[in-house]
Amino acid sequence: MTDRVVNAVVGSASRGVPMSALARYGVWVVAAAVLAVLPFVFGSGLALTVMSLMGIAVIFSLSYNILLGQTGLLSFGHAVYYGFGGYLAVHAMKAIVANGLPVPLPVIPLVGGLAGLFFAALFGWVSTKRSGTAFAMISLGLAELIGSSALILRGFFGGEEGITADRTKLLRILDWSFGPQVQVYYLIAVWCLLCAILMYAVTRTPLGRMCNAVRDNPERVQFVGYDPRMVRFLAFCLSGLFAGVAGALAAINFEIANSALFGAVQSGTVLLATFMGGAGFFFGPVLGAVLVVYLQLMLSDLTGIWQLYFGLLFIAMVMFAPSGLAGLIMMHRPLWRARALHRMVPAYFVALVPLLVMLAGAALMIEMFHHLMVKAVEGPAMKFMYIPLHANAVGPWLVGLLMAGGGFLLFHRSFRVVAAAWNRTGVADAAGGRP
Amino acid sequence: MKTTYVRGLAVAAALSLCSAASAQESIKIGYVDPLSGGGASIGEIGLKTFQFIAELQNAKGGVLGKKIEFVPYDNKLNPQESIVQVQKAIDAGIRIITQGNGSGAAAAITEFVAKYNERNPGKEVIYLNYAAVDPVLTNDKCNYWHFRWDANSEIKMEAITSYMKANASIKKVYLINQDYSFGQSVRADAKKMVSAKRPDVQIVGDELHPLMKITDFAPYIAKIKASGADSVITGNWGQDFALLLKAAADAGLQANWYTFYAGGAGGPTAIKQTGLNHRVFQISEGFANIPHAPAQEFEKALRAKYNVGLFYPRAVNQFGMLFAAMEQTKSADPKKIAAALEGMKFNVFSGGEGFMRKDDHQFFQPMYISSFGERGSGEPLDEEGTGWGWKLVGKIDTGSTMVSTTCKMQRPN
Amino acid sequence: MLELLIVSTLNGVLFGMLLFLMASGLTLIFSMMGVLNFAHASFYMLGAFFGFQISRWVGFWPALVVGPVLVGAIGAVVERFGLRNVHRHGHVPELLFTFGLAFVIEEVVQMIWGKSPVDFRVPEVLDFPAFTIFATNYPAYKLFMLLISIGIFVALFAVLTKTRIGLIVQASLTHPNMVAHLGHNVPLVFMLVFGLGSALAAIAGVIAGPALVTQSNMAALLGPILFVVVVVGGLGSLSGAFVASLLIGLLQTFAVSVNVSLADVFAVFGFTPGPDSMLDDLWRVTVAQIAPILPYLLLVLVLILKPSGLMGTRET
Repeated sequence: MTDRVVNAVVGSASRGVPMSALARYGVWVVAAAVLAVLPFVFGSGLALTVMSLMGIAVIFSLSYNILLGQTGLLSFGHAVYYGFGGYLAVHAMKAIVANGLPVPLPVIPLVGGLAGLFFAALFGWVSTKRSGTAFAMISLGLAELIGSSALILRGFFGGEEGITADRTKLLRILDWSFGPQVQVYYLIAVWCLLCAILMYAVTRTPLGRMCNAVRDNPERVQFVGYDPRMVRFLAFCLSGLFAGVAGALAAINFEIANSALFGAVQSGTVLLATFMGGAGFFFGPVLGAVLVVYLQLMLSDLTGIWQLYFGLLFIAMVMFAPSGLAGLIMMHRPLWRARALHRMVPAYFVALVPLLVMLAGAALMIEMFHHLMVKAVEGPAMKFMYIPLHANAVGPWLVGLLMAGGGFLLFHRSFRVVAAAWNRTGVADAAGGRP
Repeated sequence: MKTTYVRGLAVAAALSLCSAASAQESIKIGYVDPLSGGGASIGEIGLKTFQFIAELQNAKGGVLGKKIEFVPYDNKLNPQESIVQVQKAIDAGIRIITQGNGSGAAAAITEFVAKYNERNPGKEVIYLNYAAVDPVLTNDKCNYWHFRWDANSEIKMEAITSYMKANASIKKVYLINQDYSFGQSVRADAKKMVSAKRPDVQIVGDELHPLMKITDFAPYIAKIKASGADSVITGNWGQDFALLLKAAADAGLQANWYTFYAGGAGGPTAIKQTGLNHRVFQISEGFANIPHAPAQEFEKALRAKYNVGLFYPRAVNQFGMLFAAMEQTKSADPKKIAAALEGMKFNVFSGGEGFMRKDDHQFFQPMYISSFGERGSGEPLDEEGTGWGWKLVGKIDTGSTMVSTTCKMQRPN
Repeated sequence: MLELLIVSTLNGVLFGMLLFLMASGLTLIFSMMGVLNFAHASFYMLGAFFGFQISRWVGFWPALVVGPVLVGAIGAVVERFGLRNVHRHGHVPELLFTFGLAFVIEEVVQMIWGKSPVDFRVPEVLDFPAFTIFATNYPAYKLFMLLISIGIFVALFAVLTKTRIGLIVQASLTHPNMVAHLGHNVPLVFMLVFGLGSALAAIAGVIAGPALVTQSNMAALLGPILFVVVVVGGLGSLSGAFVASLLIGLLQTFAVSVNVSLADVFAVFGFTPGPDSMLDDLWRVTVAQIAPILPYLLLVLVLILKPSGLMGTRET
């Protein structure tokens, strides 16, 4: 299941498109400016925390994409390197504080990175001998082994409570204590930008190109005199390095490292984020990480069954947009080039309205069902989007059914409108229709 | 897909507006526990119980003339997520946090609260722990803003061994526990305390197994059987408890089970399935059929209203003391509440007196050993529709549950 | 010693066969379709809950038939309207589709049956100890599970290798176009195979449900170990899965009775590690303590040394 596999996910767009110098560096300058300004726009403690977590997730997902998108390696155990990065960072912080070493906090992620690199080299040496399913299964086995050990070996991993450190006790530069979340946010933002630039640079190096070649056709790589295994190994090490940095930043943010860092949830989330964002594009995992962090933290406030919606959303993405959010966006690139994007707006609007109606109807029925099954003792009265209703009444069910069914029919018919609009734009690429 | 996102944003914004508007009228307590995924079964029971406590209090006019309100935050049983949710609660103006499920999450919260209070003087937050039992939270990792009402695993073991001291029929004890902080401390305490109180009792086996990884306990039961143990002490919970007991019943093992969490969700169902009548014992600070009229009244009212049993008698103590501290100081300021709670004495839910020890902020109270099986006239209530119920076997007074602490409490100036 | 040997072997075989029962459908689907089905354990869970519900209404034995049929139908529908559309994107999207499906199934089960364990009991006909060895009882229900496992193995093996249907099924995996040209309906074959695999998972669910704990997290807890069985045996090899199940069952059972740690081993050579080191635990962990995670070690070792698995024919 090696090659054909990831080709489909990756699509064709990862191949470089020539860019002007302005476009090449302008993106990073804009990104830096946005990161710098964000705390002034969203200044609450929660917003800062959420943005910090997004920054960490962005690094982690980008590091994962070195494996999945660029080298075609599917890993179920990427959290192992994230976790070791976090643990070593906390151990380092403790040791620095205990011995009074003159080391400032901002270099701690480097420790995490080295830890990630070390363990990636150690485990990668054996696991990158294989690719495809064997590699995926080795990563799964290793993740289970390390995850279980983290609870058993209390000396190093600190058991269920994990180990903690105080980030404010390290050497201060410019009087930054890193106590307030906003300072931690800036630390994460700088590291995030730095890592993103480095990882982007890697894709432009001969190694990055060889990774793509190994993904697409390992036999040919061998013919031209490279060892695919060595390429996989190097990619794995790099990926571990950046995962370690992400883990260390997480440890700094929470000031704690525990076995949850190694968890299957962590490994699964990074896979979901990368895939939903779009593994075929460098910026895909960035979108995916931001989206997934937001959904995970905020969706649970709205409904107790957020995982159901999350699962359905994910299935819908896999079925209808396997190249992810980035793929959807890049599909419109030719239109943008031809300055025809605005011509799609009416058609998309026509499709969007029934889609929203359909989703609202479905969500209404799901929520009513959930209320009847799970919250029966509270009686049938409930609220859906601030509208009070009775979950056992016929009316709301009819409305829900009508909205979902009618929305679906209209949405289905709107495909034609969209396809027609697409064709009218005269851009031949990407055969049309909605994603 | 994008639409869900936008809608989510809109609703989230609207929600936060709502909560800001009603902040003046009530005293809010942030409830940070799992409310989605597998852990939610216990999280939801806790929430219902607390809402019931709030309703009772509000019917009496609330506290300081304000209503009590619990605001749920879903931590998905994850320590890091717990910190984010506490942050969320603080942003919404909440300064009293309660959490119980999972010592990992508890350790993360206590650490976070301590650092937050240090870095944000004047905006202190207090953390009330109703169920995380790792002793470390009131020992090496103790902190001034953390108060625990559940007896930690060391206290429970002290109580169990105090009971064993008087029970001469126990001769050979086998320990089997989950291999993580809690199980490891149950095992270490058992070894220490059994040999101190009953030097004649033999510990014939000492097993640790990985958490939630075992489908078939038959090999472990074979080992227990070979050891000739008459009693097993286990801290196992959830599936690890149910499967252990089922395997024991299958193999026909004749032993008594001294447990910490046999009463947990699904525990009574599993015991009934095995048919082990009054062979499974639990240590707790209260249970449904406790011979104390007010407690039974409360239990019946809760069951009638929310269809759940009272898992957390200690939570009634916890909030009773919180409300008392507020009334006493005429304030909902965590700083004043914390000072008032230190050393506070309280007539506990199950009868008798308990107190919040000043040295480590651990609550001490009378403890009970009960067994699960067929009910007599003194046991009106059953569990999980099994027909079986808990019966009082022994009471351990507060004085016999005292353990020392290594806590060096740092008090704010 | 003899007692230990006999009891452990018996326990190991019983546990191994339980594993095979649960993994047989997974290996069938993989061998036929090349899909690593992450939702397999979820179908197993559905089977257990359907079994529980139906046995409440009409009894255990009808549930053992009706439950798997229903789950098999659900599996077929999932293949027809979900997986088939994803198939053209390749194997990773297929795998991720099942990944998402597992989420959804778990939530739906939680909505309908709640999050606490349900009271699913062993049928009374089989609720007695079948025999006693060294004062340890072996319940009749365990023997019933053993028989069903062996029965499924024999039946699957016979169907796949000896019958015409089996040949078409196998051929359509390797040469789908050729089979289609011969006039067979390949998509239909795939749909049936996926349905059958799901039904097998459900049979395991109905049978294992009463013996284990029927709860909404049972799928998540069981999932990984099934992959170990299938991969160690060799992806797609039915006999491999059978052998691997036995091997893992025996390995885990015997390991539980070994109370040896690294420190003990080194002590034989007169070397004792210092008690203060941070990795002190690593020395003192006994084999018994980590018995249930040994299969994962086995998985990693097997894949490194023989990536096709014990009896697999093709490299994974």
